[in-house]
Amino acid sequence: MSAQEIGKVIPWALALVVAAFVPLMASPYWLSMATTMAMFVVLATSWALFSGPTHYISLATAAFFGVGTFVTGLGFQTLPFWMLPLIAAALGGILAALVGMVTLRLSGVYFVIFTLGLAELVRQVVTWVQNQTGQRGMYVLTSITEKDIYWMLLGLAALVYLAGWLIGRSKLGFALRIIGNDETVARHVGIDTAMAKVALFTIPGMAAAAVGAILAPRYIYIEPSTAFAPLLSFQVVIMALLGGTGRLWGPLAGVIPFTLLWEFITRQAPNQTLLLLGIVFLLIVYVLPGGFVGLWGRIRRRLHQGGGA
Amino acid sequence: MSRTVLEVQGVTKRFGGLVAVRDMRFDVTEHEVMGIIGPNGSGKSTMINMISGLFPPSEGSIRLKGAELAGLPAHKTARKGVGRTFQLVRLLPELSVVENVVAGAVFGHRRRWGKSAEGHAKQLLERVGLGASKGLPISSLTYIDTKRVELARALAGDPEVLLLDEWLAGLNPTELSTGIDLVRSLRDEGRTIILVEHVMDAIRSLCDRCVVMSSGAKIAEGTPAEVLSDPEVIRAYLGEDEDA
Repeated sequence: MSAQEIGKVIPWALALVVAAFVPLMASPYWLSMATTMAMFVVLATSWALFSGPTHYISLATAAFFGVGTFVTGLGFQTLPFWMLPLIAAALGGILAALVGMVTLRLSGVYFVIFTLGLAELVRQVVTWVQNQTGQRGMYVLTSITEKDIYWMLLGLAALVYLAGWLIGRSKLGFALRIIGNDETVARHVGIDTAMAKVALFTIPGMAAAAVGAILAPRYIYIEPSTAFAPLLSFQVVIMALLGGTGRLWGPLAGVIPFTLLWEFITRQAPNQTLLLLGIVFLLIVYVLPGGFVGLWGRIRRRLHQGGGA
Repeated sequence: MSRTVLEVQGVTKRFGGLVAVRDMRFDVTEHEVMGIIGPNGSGKSTMINMISGLFPPSEGSIRLKGAELAGLPAHKTARKGVGRTFQLVRLLPELSVVENVVAGAVFGHRRRWGKSAEGHAKQLLERVGLGASKGLPISSLTYIDTKRVELARALAGDPEVLLLDEWLAGLNPTELSTGIDLVRSLRDEGRTIILVEHVMDAIRSLCDRCVVMSSGAKIAEGTPAEVLSDPEVIRAYLGEDEDA
């Protein structure tokens, strides 16, 4: 690592330390907000690791997340809690790899539709299994507190950032930037494009399933319709696009304002949340193409030109 | 002395009912510049695309130093040593000029990574006459310079055989003579090149041998002087501008 890289890592490490102290100081309300933010930071950042460079919009987050919550729901009484996110991540990774192998040959809109359908498919399968066995939902009653959940999510977020940083420096990261620019060229310079995409698609799959496993105790009662709610997938896409996918910090810059805005909307207009969500999405696409990352780039260029002239 | 690098045997390509290439066969020997020429729609680009693995031939065999390429996907032919440029230039717009060339060095036939790949890329940019444009964004390049970047990218994997699909098309007269000199200099350093080309000056001055295609089939093979005086070749081009 060069001195310049160490200089870049230090602010991130400091931010992580500061974030780790939040539960000791925040009120229960703000701890709950911080937990939601940590959850979306993991989901949106890992989503952007794949969708940013490849430009494939995945709506499969809810599918992986739901699988994770059910891992906890089924396993929390028999297994130590720390094992559950690991098992969920493994299952999420396998599911993502299978889905990736089938769908990543599809391009554009077909991929979007398939991933949206996936969450619904998994939900229907789980519901069917429950009906067969006579179950409905499940109670997840544990001694895990909101603070524990927050800290686990924070650790997971640190892992996702580490993975993103390592991929950015790796051949895989470079291959994905080439694929995102021109897939035909990518193949002709020797990149196995299908393998590269499948490998990267497992990362949001693992992360979202682990998040689901960690968050299950927060819901107390889980059932398929809430665990696999498609809204989650859309929220993740919107936050990642609001922040911008071009940089590792982009989704974080989208998650924080969006979580606050979402809280405001659900409190002030509980019946119009979806309408307002749609309007916000349109505004982002029209006013902020490239998200805050794109905006930051434009400001910097302007300052640069102003200073140079 | 001269070894055969590429053998094309009995290659046919059908798109539905249309036969785009019919029973093509030719050899390319090491350090040779082989031209594939013919009127528009005669199947030249289809032939090149089958060699590079963009799509598989319906029948026949394409061997690179004895190893079968027919049916392999493009990333595998690239790793075995086929490098190419595209008829319509394809660059990576979000990457810098140097990164565009590095892209060709990392995953292909002979692989480099990090400082070594970057050094190699910069050297190749000098080689194709773009030493001064290394830091520029792709969008600011002139047309011939985009072609130079693409050529450098194809060279970056040290291919056994280089496919240039109308690399000289669309250049103005000054650029054309620069371009011909550049391809000639590649030949002089011992590269093996297959050239699909319409520009007759380029074919005469660059190619050691040519195959002429018409309606998907080979109608002549030999030195440029031989094939261009062949009555059947003249007939195939009749009605078309011979210097087009």
